[in-house]
Amino acid sequence: MTAYDDRSVRGPRAPLSAVERVLAVCGYHATVYARTWRGSIVTRVLSPVLFMLSMGIGLGALVDDRAGGIDGRPYLHFVVPGIVATQTMWVAWSESSYQVLGYIKWNMGYHAQLATPLRVRDVLAGHFLAITGHLVVATSLFMVVASLFGGFDSWSAVACLPVAVLTGLAFVTPIFAFTATQEGDNGFNILYRWIITPLMLFSGTFFPVDQLPGWMQPVAWVTPLWHGVEACRAVSGGWSASGGTVPFVGHLLVLAAYAVAGWLLAERTFTRRLAS
Amino acid sequence: MSGDDDILLRASGLTKRFGDFVAVDGVDFEVRKGECFGFLGPNGAGKSSTMRMVGCVSPVSGGELRLFDLDPATDGPAIRARLGSCPQRDTLDEELTVEENLWVYGRYFGLSRKEVRARAAELLDFAQLTERAGDKVEPLSGGMKRRLTIARSLINSPEILLLDEPTTGLDPQARHVLWDRLFRLKRSGVTLVLTTHYMDEAEQLCDRLVVMDHGRIVAEGSPRELIEQHSTREVLELRFDVDDHARHAEQVSGIGERVEVLPDRLLVYAHDGDRASADVHARGVAPLSSLVRRSTLEDVFLTLTGRTLVD
Repeated sequence: MTAYDDRSVRGPRAPLSAVERVLAVCGYHATVYARTWRGSIVTRVLSPVLFMLSMGIGLGALVDDRAGGIDGRPYLHFVVPGIVATQTMWVAWSESSYQVLGYIKWNMGYHAQLATPLRVRDVLAGHFLAITGHLVVATSLFMVVASLFGGFDSWSAVACLPVAVLTGLAFVTPIFAFTATQEGDNGFNILYRWIITPLMLFSGTFFPVDQLPGWMQPVAWVTPLWHGVEACRAVSGGWSASGGTVPFVGHLLVLAAYAVAGWLLAERTFTRRLAS
Repeated sequence: MSGDDDILLRASGLTKRFGDFVAVDGVDFEVRKGECFGFLGPNGAGKSSTMRMVGCVSPVSGGELRLFDLDPATDGPAIRARLGSCPQRDTLDEELTVEENLWVYGRYFGLSRKEVRARAAELLDFAQLTERAGDKVEPLSGGMKRRLTIARSLINSPEILLLDEPTTGLDPQARHVLWDRLFRLKRSGVTLVLTTHYMDEAEQLCDRLVVMDHGRIVAEGSPRELIEQHSTREVLELRFDVDDHARHAEQVSGIGERVEVLPDRLLVYAHDGDRASADVHARGVAPLSSLVRRSTLEDVFLTLTGRTLVD
């Protein structure tokens, strides 16, 4: 066949490498974000900070006065790593629900991408990479603000960042898979009310799950947020992960399993929706 | 490689099924290098499903499809790298600027940043959008967005440009500007494949076309051939001051080759329209208005399917 080195010339072209494909998609999302970040950055940074102020400092003063903190440590140091993990769920939610349905249905951005040499898996991988960037930025910003308020008692808390990003991805990929099956926002309302909000409240973010009634504890164990909260807390200095019932690496494995299973599922639901 | 290098696209028995529904029912066609090939048919005829298979975004349910002698099932990305695709609905990024839309898209084809910028500048000139290069897409007019979509689909210098209903929803002036751009493209050697339910568009642009109805191809040829084969040279249109034109069909039967009854008029197919008109008046039939015109593809479609293209 023809020798080809310049892809802009009419005729057969050199295929793109996997890295080129994923970066092209991620580059698109970065270009869009460069135009739109002003609209969302304040809310994104502010909401975990508000939780930290009200729960960590407000409620924390009460807990520390009356109960001597948690395991003898300040409540703030208990709750901040939990909020770090929980915030990634919110970011995952906002990046993987309406936005993604928009690319499927409203502005049809995915359709435009799939008319090029890109395949469904490239489109997904590039978008996941872009959202990973969002998770890194959002988590870092909150961690900086939280540390200004003395939210961490050890430098080892820096390790919260990768753990929190993994926690976010454990939500991103399953929500993507779900979104590709949706026609309108009904499903999103149900998901938000019945999954996202209860998870925030009952996954050990604000109080240890052993305070929950016995039957509710196993529910916490199978959901990703509890694992993310426990793992973030474990690296934030001195807290033993889930009172030692699950080893730290066990939490990471559950989170990774969610992310991978969600990814595989998303490839299927996206293919059915976009390339059938 | 097969013998005929001139054939870029070949479909035989091409079929698309969605569950039990057969959207495209075993169609055969070939597209040659440099021509403009059209699919003419009403909404729901299977044109868009055919285009999505040709664009290698929707898998083939049956039959065979080859582009550049490659099979979409195994070489989709390699084929798409050589296609331009202009979908029915604009899929632009409205938050981005006109030129950003092109830059981002070029990267999907693996063009370097430098190549993308050079190519975008040429294409904006071609699409008459240079002055709007730095503006956001959202406030542009429908015609401008369409031209930008076409410019974007050309970023990779495609050999075949697929256009699904390229001028649907545009005002007459914007359509003519677009047609002019498409003529230029064809002259520069790009093969065009388009769908339309406008017969004037098909007549203006297509060298060869197929007429589709209910997922099948019912006729094939150049616009002129189709009219010669399936219609008379002229058509006499008669309007009466009644709700039901069928009543008058009886009175004019036998005049011309054939009479077609539409809700709002009668069409008398005749080789000599004026003569047919004289015959009608000689019978003492007094229509509200009568008009003689040449046959169009609309008449071909009506003859073949008994229905009009746009209802």
